Amino acid sequence: MTNNLRFKTSKFIDETYRVSFKFNNKTYFGFKGDTLASALLANGIHLVGRSFKYHRPRGIMTSGSEEPNAIIQLHDNSSRTEPNVRATEVEIYEGLVASSQNCWPSVNFDIGGINNLLSPILPAGFYYKTFMWPASFWEKYEYFIRKSAGLGKSPKVADPDIYEHKYIHCDVLVIGAGISGIMAAKMAAKNGFKTLLVDEKSYLGGSSIYDNSEFSKINNQITSSWLEKEINEISKLENLEIKIRTSVAAFHGYNFLLARENLTDHLPINQRENKVRQRLLKIRAKKVITATGSIERPLIFDNNDRPGILLSSAIKKYIDLYGVACGENNILFTNNDTAYETAMSLIQRGIKINAIIDNREQIDSKISYEVEKNNIEIYKGYTVVDTYGYRRINKISIMKLSKDGQTVIGDKTKLNCDCLGVSGGWTPAVHLFTQSGGKLKFREEDQVFIPNVYPSDQISVGSCNGDFGLEEIISNTLSSIKKFLDIDNSEYKTVETISGLNQSKRNIWLLPSDKSIGKTKSFVDYQNDATAKDIKLALREGFRSIEHVKRYTTTGMGTDQGKLGNMHALGIISETAGTKMGEHGTTTFRPPYTPLTFGTIVGRNVGEFFDIFRRTPIHDWHVANNAEFENVGQWKRAWYYPKDNENMHQAVQRESKAARDSAGILDASTLGKIDIQGTDASEFLNRVYTNAWSKLAVGKCRYGLMLNEDGMVYDDGVTTRLGENHYIMTTTTGGAANVLGKLEDYLQTEWPELDVYLSSVTDHYATISVCGPNSKKIVSKVIPDLDLSDEKFPHMSFKNAKIDNIKCRVMRISFTGEHSYEINIQANFGKSVWEKCMEAGKDFNITPYGTETMHLLRAEKGFIIVGQDTDATLTPIDLQMDWIVSKKKYDFIGKRSLYRSDTIREDRKQLVGLLTENPEEVLEEGAQIVADIKKSPIEMLGHVTSSYYSPNLKKSIALGVVKGGKNMLGQKLIIPMENKNINVTVADPVFLDKEGERLNAKL
Amino acid sequence: MFLINCPFCGEREQSEFKAGGEAHIVRPKQPTELSDDEWAEYLFMRKNIKGIQFERWNHVHGCRKWFNMVRDTSNDQIKAVYKMGEKPPIK
Ligand SMILES: [Zn+2]
Repeated sequence: MTNNLRFKTSKFIDETYRVSFKFNNKTYFGFKGDTLASALLANGIHLVGRSFKYHRPRGIMTSGSEEPNAIIQLHDNSSRTEPNVRATEVEIYEGLVASSQNCWPSVNFDIGGINNLLSPILPAGFYYKTFMWPASFWEKYEYFIRKSAGLGKSPKVADPDIYEHKYIHCDVLVIGAGISGIMAAKMAAKNGFKTLLVDEKSYLGGSSIYDNSEFSKINNQITSSWLEKEINEISKLENLEIKIRTSVAAFHGYNFLLARENLTDHLPINQRENKVRQRLLKIRAKKVITATGSIERPLIFDNNDRPGILLSSAIKKYIDLYGVACGENNILFTNNDTAYETAMSLIQRGIKINAIIDNREQIDSKISYEVEKNNIEIYKGYTVVDTYGYRRINKISIMKLSKDGQTVIGDKTKLNCDCLGVSGGWTPAVHLFTQSGGKLKFREEDQVFIPNVYPSDQISVGSCNGDFGLEEIISNTLSSIKKFLDIDNSEYKTVETISGLNQSKRNIWLLPSDKSIGKTKSFVDYQNDATAKDIKLALREGFRSIEHVKRYTTTGMGTDQGKLGNMHALGIISETAGTKMGEHGTTTFRPPYTPLTFGTIVGRNVGEFFDIFRRTPIHDWHVANNAEFENVGQWKRAWYYPKDNENMHQAVQRESKAARDSAGILDASTLGKIDIQGTDASEFLNRVYTNAWSKLAVGKCRYGLMLNEDGMVYDDGVTTRLGENHYIMTTTTGGAANVLGKLEDYLQTEWPELDVYLSSVTDHYATISVCGPNSKKIVSKVIPDLDLSDEKFPHMSFKNAKIDNIKCRVMRISFTGEHSYEINIQANFGKSVWEKCMEAGKDFNITPYGTETMHLLRAEKGFIIVGQDTDATLTPIDLQMDWIVSKKKYDFIGKRSLYRSDTIREDRKQLVGLLTENPEEVLEEGAQIVADIKKSPIEMLGHVTSSYYSPNLKKSIALGVVKGGKNMLGQKLIIPMENKNINVTVADPVFLDKEGERLNAKL
Repeated sequence: MFLINCPFCGEREQSEFKAGGEAHIVRPKQPTELSDDEWAEYLFMRKNIKGIQFERWNHVHGCRKWFNMVRDTSNDQIKAVYKMGEKPPIK
């Protein structure tokens, strides 16, 4: 490889520390301090990837986070493998492995490149137009689109790295450690503000830190030397925390920001053990100073995407910071003075510049005269019209621009080069400012959007505020920070600057060509392969809004969010549509500014911490006894207890039979429990439940149904009157928190006059339900002192009792239709009481059952489960539960809604029982119910909500909601399935023991 | 993310709160005497203003108290917070 590309003159590169790395399976060398991009360029490699749509060869274009092309796959085939990493941001380390993505079989020969030849038939919106019809083909199209579109590979195994989140509170946050950021941080910290300074790069000072030019000086010192002293000074300030490799991803309202701090990505893999890789910083700052700088604009001309075409500022950075020449025969193409700074950096190292093409007719600055003095030919008033070279640029052709800049005139001249630096001026990096809700204004003179209205206590300084000249940057930063922080002492005496640059620019968004636009490929968005032609096509097809053009052409929708070309897209739109540039606004910049890893987003919330779960006090027993678990809200509930290789169906059949034949035991601890106290507790229950509560005697239980104000069933459960002014309410497992919230809402906001206090006691009690014909015998063994006679302890009543001197509450209530007891005891005794019940029930084949059997047993009795048989569209009347709605009560939540014109309709969906013609056929829950299969379209009458095979009834049973179902008893309906139609009959939803003989049996 | 000044606890992160819709809608004292239209007005009709809006908020992961907030929905500036039953400090 060429050795003369590396100039060992940079203080940022440690040339004594050689680093080997692999790219596309080949080993290369670089130095400590290199990025992957600078090391590849030092090895003469420009071609690193293929473009997304046309698979065109693409090279490194920039030197920072704005990179659209050089996105690579890092850590091939390992658990750490990561796609879409910008080679310009990866610091190399010994053993780094990376490869090109979006190409097959290799970056040099890529089959997808055929898309480039097909491009005349792949215009903007091609995918939308072609693959949307017929809709049924989408699945087939998608397969091919995905296969050929791939942007990298995701890892197949768990991420081995550690991530974390951290909250930071500070007085002042400074984003960006360029010249403005450094000055702002010093002023803030020295004036007593607790300050945090962050920068995405691995060094401080921004682009000024390698500005060694004689043409820009501060206080008569070369800019980089002056800045180094400043950095040295601030790194000693106690009030100032500095974080490098920290990129602000999001700037939300109220000065809440998210930043990603990279801690180990620059280290060799073996030094990363047990270290946090990335940290998500959640920053709440009293004041924010944005000093994010600006991004150089490319120029838009035919074939402006070849490897070897870079931003002019990137070429300067590669030579000044990394000591790497991007080419040996350079041409610079510009419309402003900054390219001349690049020229001076190249000249100083004796790197050849073949020519400078400048859009401007007149160039009048010290630095341009100095460049001219070095005998470099400057083509004034010219533009590049085409470039050549497949895997690397080797030639350009140029033509003279007409006076108005709209056409090209005269002869075409071809010039040789292996590297072309382009500069279209600068775009302030206002992304974070706009994310925070800031409003921009358009500055006509140099065609830039700059911050205008600040939504929070924040300010933008430096070139992100549209200040581009050194003198402007420094004087404006000083004055605005002084005002922003309200300080007298700026910490700077006089700061005098000298700059050889002049701010003149000839802005042409789309440079003219000698070819018609249809024959050009002038890329506006490099990553998504959107061209000027595509944008014009979108406008021709009627799109006007910038947001629509963006989506139709995919401009700005890549992982780089179009940081380079968005302005040009806007410019081309307004030029073509004949509107003024500021009128369209910009597209919305959304967080994150640069992509975040999933690891950073989730932090420590992985594995069992991803979604926390709640365990009942008896959980360990269920685990030890082979239970399968079901998630109910955050709870882990025992689902069924398989024995001897039983499947779920077999286990549930056995459990349900045992519960009715002898005894079953259920852990019901997850039911929500709300303790209600106060002199108005009864009145409160009257208002929140549909039935009446005032007459419920102390020691009695009652089932209650709670509605929303719209009359729809919201929750249900049994509430027990423990004392004159004391109740305990149970809610559904999933509804507990919402019910408490709703009750508090009414108490605090509608009925503050009521003397009622609510406390959640769900976690305080374990609840054990013992049911079945032998339940009485079992409970009498566990609590021998308790009189269980029907006279003393009838159904729907409650008793205080003691087990081994521990107080407990026993309710005789039933959700299965069997004689049953519910023991509520302090949570930490739950497991031992459960074990006591198991021991006492041994002789009666006491069978633990889970939620599935519970659902089956209650379905046999036609008891609803709120959330399974209801879905917030059913009133108690729809559920055929009219009996629970008090006619006498003047008001309760939802009462008025029960006789709205809509809720009294006869043809509403109503809950019914369903019996299949074939008793062995079990319906699918969720299946549609119809009456007439031949009608087209088929009218959907409702759906199946619960369905089981009942071992006690020896037939299939189901509940469902059916339009007008209440009046359809005995009617035949059809459940159409994929390959058959199932005949069903509408039945009473109570399938078993309607008379309650089992419940009231003398035991 | 807002910083909300709970009238009972002081300034806390928005993630501790839950929004509860438009404020100052009083539940009718005698719902049964309302026509369908009048009841629907209470039940369904809510304002969605671009600008100054009066809202209910609940410090659900804190003191669990409901309170009122005046917020400019166009820029999310919180103009005032005040307790339930109190008159809005601004119009
Ligand atoms: Zn509070």
